[in-house]
Amino acid sequence: MSVIAEPAARPVAGAVRPVPEVLTHEVARTRTSKRWVEWIVTTDHKKIGIMYLVTTFVFFMLGGVEALLMRVQLAEPSNTLLSGERYNELLTLHGTTMVFLFVVPVMAGFGNYFVPLMIGARDMAFPRLNALSYWLLLAGGIVFYATLFWHPPEAGWWSYPPLSSIQYSPSGGQDAWIFLIHLTGISSLLGAINFYATIVNMRAPGMSWGRLPLFIWTILVYAILLIIALPVVAAAVTMLLTDRHFGTHWFDPTAHGSPILWQHLFWFFGHPEVYIMVLPGFGIISEVIPVFSRKPIFGYKAIAASTAVIAFLATLVWAHHMFASPVPVVVLGFFMLSSFLIGVPTGVKIFNWISTLWRGSIVMTTSLYYAVGMIAIFTVGGITGIFLAVFPVDWQLNDTYFVVAHFHYTIFGGAIFPVLAGIYYWFPKMTGRLLNERLGKVSFWFVFIGFNATFLVQHALGLTGMPRRIYTYQPGLGWSTYNLISTIGAFILAVGILMTVVNIAMNYKTGPLAGPDPWKGNTLEWFVPSPPPVNNFDEIPRVRSVEPMRDIRRQIERNTGVRQKTGGSERFARA
Amino acid sequence: MAPSAFANFITPKSGGSPNADQIHSLYLIILYIAAVVFVIVEGALVYSVYRFRAKKVRTAAQIHGNTRLEISWTIAAAAILVVLTVVTFIKLPSILNPPNSSAPFLESSLNQPSPPNGKKLTICVQGRQYIWRYVYGAGCQHNPFTPHLPYSYQEMVVPEGTTVVLSITSIDVIHSWWVPSLGGKVDAVPGYTTYTWFKAVGPALYHGNCAQLCGRQHAFMTALVDVVSPAAYQAWLTRQKQLIQTANSQVTQLRSYLQRTGNL
Repeated sequence: MSVIAEPAARPVAGAVRPVPEVLTHEVARTRTSKRWVEWIVTTDHKKIGIMYLVTTFVFFMLGGVEALLMRVQLAEPSNTLLSGERYNELLTLHGTTMVFLFVVPVMAGFGNYFVPLMIGARDMAFPRLNALSYWLLLAGGIVFYATLFWHPPEAGWWSYPPLSSIQYSPSGGQDAWIFLIHLTGISSLLGAINFYATIVNMRAPGMSWGRLPLFIWTILVYAILLIIALPVVAAAVTMLLTDRHFGTHWFDPTAHGSPILWQHLFWFFGHPEVYIMVLPGFGIISEVIPVFSRKPIFGYKAIAASTAVIAFLATLVWAHHMFASPVPVVVLGFFMLSSFLIGVPTGVKIFNWISTLWRGSIVMTTSLYYAVGMIAIFTVGGITGIFLAVFPVDWQLNDTYFVVAHFHYTIFGGAIFPVLAGIYYWFPKMTGRLLNERLGKVSFWFVFIGFNATFLVQHALGLTGMPRRIYTYQPGLGWSTYNLISTIGAFILAVGILMTVVNIAMNYKTGPLAGPDPWKGNTLEWFVPSPPPVNNFDEIPRVRSVEPMRDIRRQIERNTGVRQKTGGSERFARA
Repeated sequence: MAPSAFANFITPKSGGSPNADQIHSLYLIILYIAAVVFVIVEGALVYSVYRFRAKKVRTAAQIHGNTRLEISWTIAAAAILVVLTVVTFIKLPSILNPPNSSAPFLESSLNQPSPPNGKKLTICVQGRQYIWRYVYGAGCQHNPFTPHLPYSYQEMVVPEGTTVVLSITSIDVIHSWWVPSLGGKVDAVPGYTTYTWFKAVGPALYHGNCAQLCGRQHAFMTALVDVVSPAAYQAWLTRQKQLIQTANSQVTQLRSYLQRTGNL
């Protein structure tokens, strides 16, 4: 291995520890001296990845502010801070932003940056298409948020007709929402095709399907699910558009159209969308936990297979969103069973992660904190999902705050905790700097406690009869205390998120140097310098297992006789 | 009044009607199983993170997996779900099918759903932005604006111990009928007729909300169900009929007056 023999060539005594670092050369000269022009014209997957991450995080902040405004409105009964109109606008903005402008594209951001690095490729398969994906996403976000200056949409992120029809939502905000779905949809579709082509064709020599990192498995399945689900919602919103402006009656009950048709089409997309959001999160957890447990992932094949099984079942559970709609009981029974079934592979993943921690030597980094927090919280979301899958019970819980609590436990737990784990894990690779671990852990506790304070009581709110989407409520219904706790929790949560933002702002230029492999990682992105050069790899190492970096470290130890230590995580592991 | 909501925050509301009670007991079965799963999984997680810290455990065991273990927890998870499926389908008939009225029957009709003896009280529930309209009597299903049928808005009056079947429609957007103590919610979808039933314990006043976003004043689309004795119900019905008749004749008089004087 000429690549990794290089460090050994240095004149070393015991004091200098060789690290598996190749000298990689910058091959691209900057075409312009203006840095911002360089960002706009770039086709480098890493720059695009960072633009994705920064943009989506800005939308995350906006969505968070919208959530806080709603929480303040609900903090006390008969509050008059917001009108029903403003509240409906905010809930539409919040839901749409978080789904289409944050969680789905933030995963594309991580995917963009790390798919080529982890599979040993020099860029994505279609770099220009990749840039187009990003700019379409940004365009979608701008079109949508421009409605703030006119009339934001009010019909919710699910936009059920007839409420979203021209009679009941005459403003252009609803059309901007349709436009957003199209723009971000094309963006995600192009991105998905790109991921698929990259992963199928551009893997390092020796990286067979059985040696594909688990994050890459989830991005592959994420791409396939997007390709299955997005055309359906694109068709549905186009039908809504023609209903609104061109005289069709797809969803118009006064002309033999059916509002239920929309529900089927929307949720046929909407439920796979849930797994589109959480599967890459599962992937991040499956990378972070073995690295910090210093143990191979437990049951690699079971985790990879369960990802595929979840994706398959995800296309068969959509009508569990429609248990209170006019649907025959036999259909309800089918969707209860399919929703039960999807719990099995999800449970398998959780058991495997815990087994990976079991008998490990767990290095307590912030990234691991968030990963463990994810398992703790997502488990609750999974269990409440079983309640909701039982359709007679769902008749009591559907459209109440119990559901709000459930899907925040799954999406915030299953996607946003992993995103935070991923930020703390990969930030050193993206910037070459370490984040402050102490501040990171404080932020974790704020997020964890704030999250549970916000959403745990919402189960109780739903069970005591509070429906979702109401902008105010009367005193004396037993809801006031829970709502106040929930609002206070939301602010604690927001402080925790802000701490991470501050941590990033403080350290991206001046934080301690990370070196190529601060955590003793398992996968190939840790082979290249931090941040990686434009071409990623001069020479692509041959992959012999799921953990190529472990093999490389072992080989260097054999070649040099010096035990491998890296500058990073050991400092957090001192007894 | 319904029992204090504050005392009971871990289970759905019940106590007003047999279907709500059955859902409540089904929920409880799931809750017990869920509690066990929760304790095992979270316990294992917390224990392993605490027990296997790098501080305590210097070297990690290099285990790649265990097929027997994978198969057994897959089967265990599936087995729990099989149990839940069986329990749900055992409970289902008592939630879907109304029982006979214990109070004297009021009318007979062939529309679904129906108690075994077919005797029930039919009330048509019409959703509209942002109020519920109730029409009393089976004739409402053919035409909710049938003349001479008594109707009321927002507050529904029903006799206790009587199987009441609701025939639910909407005239504008989607609403959802939901009075937690009287059972689960049913969407009111324009173009569709949906049904639910309850057999209310009374006398009591039950509170409910529209459960599907129906526009800006969705929060104020509430429902009250006033459960009274059958005799009081008949008296209320008669009085309501008279009130509507009086109001109608006044309107007719006013209209003919306005037409006579050339103002209409």
